Amino acid sequence: MSTQKRGAVRFESVRKEFGSFTAIPDLSLDIEPGELVTLLGPSGCGKTTTLRMLAGLETPTRGRILIGGEDVTRLPANRRDVSMVFQSYALFPHMTVAQNVAYGLESGGMKAAEARGAADKGLDLVGLSGLGKRLPSELSGGQQQRVAVARALVLEPQVLLLDEPLSNLDARLRRRVRTEIRDLQQRLGFTAVYVTHDQEEALAVSDRIVVMRDGIIEQAGSPRELYEEPVSEFIADFIGEANVLPADVLGVEGGDAQVSIGGVELTLPARGATPGPARVAARANAITVTEGGVPGLGGRIASSAYLGDHVEYEVETDTGRLFAIDTGGDTPLPAGTEVAVGFRPRGLALIS
Amino acid sequence: MFRDNRRLDLLFGLVLAGLLLVPWYRVRSGFFGFDWIADMAGKTDLWPGLLQPFLGRWQVAPVLVLLALTLFLRLARQPGRARGRVLILIGLAGLVWMVAEGLSIGMRGWNWGLLEAAFGEIEGQPAFGAGAVTAVLAFTLLIAFGFAERGALKGDAFILGAIALLVLLVATFVFYPILSMFTGAFQEFDGSFTAKGVLKNLPDPKIWSLSCLTGTGSCGVAWRTFFLAICTATGTTLLGLAFALVATRTRFPAKKGLRLLTVLPIITPPFVIGLALIMLLGRSGTLTQVIEGVTGLELGRWVYGLTGIWIAQMLSFTPIAFLVLIGVVEGVSPSMEEASQTMRAGRWRTFRKVSLPLMAPGLANSFLIGFIESMADFGNPLVLGGSGGVLSTEIFFAVVGAQHDPARAAVLATVLLCFTLSAFLAQRLWLSGRNYATLSGKGDGGRHAALPARVAWPVTIIVVAWGLFTLIIYTMILFGGFVKLWGLDHSLTLEHYARGFSIVWDNGIVWTGVAWNSFWTTMKIALIAAPLTAAVGLLTAWLIVRQSFPGKGAFEFALMMSFAIPGTVIGISYIMAFNLPPIQMTGTAMILIFCFVFRNMPVGVRGGVAAMAQIDGSLDEASLTLGANSARTMRRVILPLMRPAILAALVYSFVRAITSISAVIFLVSAKYNMATAYIVGLVENGEYGIAIAYSSVLILVMITVIGTFQLLVGERRLKRPEPAAKPQEMPA
Repeated sequence: MSTQKRGAVRFESVRKEFGSFTAIPDLSLDIEPGELVTLLGPSGCGKTTTLRMLAGLETPTRGRILIGGEDVTRLPANRRDVSMVFQSYALFPHMTVAQNVAYGLESGGMKAAEARGAADKGLDLVGLSGLGKRLPSELSGGQQQRVAVARALVLEPQVLLLDEPLSNLDARLRRRVRTEIRDLQQRLGFTAVYVTHDQEEALAVSDRIVVMRDGIIEQAGSPRELYEEPVSEFIADFIGEANVLPADVLGVEGGDAQVSIGGVELTLPARGATPGPARVAARANAITVTEGGVPGLGGRIASSAYLGDHVEYEVETDTGRLFAIDTGGDTPLPAGTEVAVGFRPRGLALIS
Repeated sequence: MFRDNRRLDLLFGLVLAGLLLVPWYRVRSGFFGFDWIADMAGKTDLWPGLLQPFLGRWQVAPVLVLLALTLFLRLARQPGRARGRVLILIGLAGLVWMVAEGLSIGMRGWNWGLLEAAFGEIEGQPAFGAGAVTAVLAFTLLIAFGFAERGALKGDAFILGAIALLVLLVATFVFYPILSMFTGAFQEFDGSFTAKGVLKNLPDPKIWSLSCLTGTGSCGVAWRTFFLAICTATGTTLLGLAFALVATRTRFPAKKGLRLLTVLPIITPPFVIGLALIMLLGRSGTLTQVIEGVTGLELGRWVYGLTGIWIAQMLSFTPIAFLVLIGVVEGVSPSMEEASQTMRAGRWRTFRKVSLPLMAPGLANSFLIGFIESMADFGNPLVLGGSGGVLSTEIFFAVVGAQHDPARAAVLATVLLCFTLSAFLAQRLWLSGRNYATLSGKGDGGRHAALPARVAWPVTIIVVAWGLFTLIIYTMILFGGFVKLWGLDHSLTLEHYARGFSIVWDNGIVWTGVAWNSFWTTMKIALIAAPLTAAVGLLTAWLIVRQSFPGKGAFEFALMMSFAIPGTVIGISYIMAFNLPPIQMTGTAMILIFCFVFRNMPVGVRGGVAAMAQIDGSLDEASLTLGANSARTMRRVILPLMRPAILAALVYSFVRAITSISAVIFLVSAKYNMATAYIVGLVENGEYGIAIAYSSVLILVMITVIGTFQLLVGERRLKRPEPAAKPQEMPA
């Protein structure tokens, strides 16, 4: 057996088929103890299936899953040292909050009184002390969510699984709760696997993000790596909308590449690019739009939208339609204005 | 691991008790009488399984050897895939052996001449008893435990065991009887095979003749039944649609009252409508006398025959079509109709071009349900059939009547089964996936378009007329019990009730009424059957909705198919299957209970499936990830949440056990007579008064039971708000 530590997770060449449909062709992934890893991707990408296999709710067709060095591939959900926060919270509606939290402890054979005490501590942890006697339906959405987290945490699992835990909350609450979850995770130091389709949420909470597409890991890395060094158009577009433009690599020197985008020349990190045609991902806020005859890529504003703290432009250029954000705050340019398009190197990345 | 061995140990406890303590063979005086305990030492037939091989019954020995082998495996081998495989093989071998020896060796030795020639004579054996049943259960569970050790379904022995037991039960109590019926058609009384009976009956013009079309005679019973079913299905669908439209799309004032109509078929024993029709339209019926008095015509016995049966079936089954079609009519999304109206279509065009086509699959479904119901109906044709019966009654008379021709009954039952199964297959294969009704539960704003006036008026008139007719019929039923002699002497009397339900105080209550015996038997058997039905049905629903296992599709299909088997066919197949060893139950209460459990399983399954669909699937999963096993999840999460569904299943299986007649009439005995069978006996003797009185009492009992239940469930809903569980989303 491997010498993996408590809290470590390993997927070894895992494959999952549903009938004739292959959800996950071949997935290998290592998660370090104490890490918060996000599985991110559009719906149908296999992220939830991956999580459910880790929970024991689905069995892989092939491959192995290890938790803390132990092979759990064939172990049913109730005998794995993980617990899960469900998208719908899945609080038992016929039990009180305290009974819900104590349920898992009692399943594990703990005496009722002892479990009650531990449940109260768990509720303290998420700031719900005193609400134990209520029914879940008598709590607000945010409180229900915290009960679900407490119920999972009191079991002190090696790994906490969170399946889109914020999707049933409104936008404002979402921001607060995700900070709370991250704080708890940092404070208690458990491993967490977090599934979401919201890239902003992923960037905010993760140590590491695993972007999946059609059951394949497209890219895994820290939030910064993903944002600044996307390996593909898909990543660039999925993590913070990006414009993908055709470009020419003129020459490579050291780690830098001389790149021309429609005549505008820039120096970007080479990232293994070779001279010749290439593509560049440009963040919307890295594209500048200036009125009049300044040197740059020629274009014309197709539409503009004033959104308070910034202005969004759609710009028609020779290399295609671009989406740009101007946070400068000058008067918005009306549609039809002839403009010169420029680029800020920090928001640009060469992609393969 | 530990669990793998512990459940095997428990199984061994069961097996040891089964082999050592209870008789291997059937106790003739009844196992639950327990008087066999005293006689056990003296009678070898009562000896337990462990001793039977020493009595020369060597056929029991392999069972003991296989079980001993299992014990050895438990002690000497580690749990795991290898041991699991052997366990599966042992279980299969055990089952195969018990089926083979049970079917081959009958009361008086070999059942088949071929075997006697090959192996010489053998002593006969009685039917399986408690010991043998324990062995069968043990082998079945061994298969499940073997699969669990091999890691199937994540090694969940509870689910595997439940599946194995259900398959065993359905095989024994649904498919084995049907098979016995088929083979019965090819058997002589002594068990030897012959195709004589089948060849004689199959081409019988009495079944297949079409000469009524050419006007040269009467048609065969198969075609008569078929025509009747088509007419009933068409009629009930149209009337049901009319009722559904009035109830949902007009400003008809008594909509609540219309919906009450849907309760009627649940609480009405099936022949009661026929009975009431006779009182109204029979030779000395009220309406007949009025018409004859006014016109001077001789109306005669026209109500006895297909026309009468058709009217009775229309009355009986229109509420069922109404119930089905209310869902269909309400299921058409109002936004579709509103969309049509915004596109300049008037009400009539919207109705004709949008609403009706969207309802078409629902109408077809209702038609097929009406077809199957009409085919399976036994009570009305029995009362009204006269000389021109239908398949279900012909089957009955082929067995109980003077002709006593089991082969003919089997052939007729097969024909009937083919008709209903075809309709069922059409319903499942052709209609599935063609349902446009939206049941998304999303707030689909808007209101249903009101009916166009040119439809609304005729439909409302039809509905009111038919509603009144139904009302008259039910009034006659309640009133008829108080009339001395219907049609001749209309003086009011309590005589019928007194004869049926009198009680005398003579040092304690003495139930002197003639109806009490069958009444209490019915109550007892229905009370025993109801929890069993609910348990089996809900367990099945849980497996179907929440578990996935290989062969689930086939399992579900076979189950659903068994629902399309007419009661008459079940009845005839039960007496053919359970009259002789290996399983002998005719004349006992047991056969009635099993019949009810497997006849009424659809009630439990459908109710369970509907209730389960409302419980968020992630609740089960949450329980699992919180360390609870399947059994604990069932006990702590599923069952508490399903309490209303469980209550409903209990009530409806209880009520159905009371109203059922078609299968029951074959299975009752002098000792265990059921109310419905007793009433039919009264009708056949022409004792209408007491029959009607008894029926009214049954209807009142059932109204009370259902009303109490509604009150209980309704009150519970008020106390606790429904769970805020959100619908489960598909895994991304």
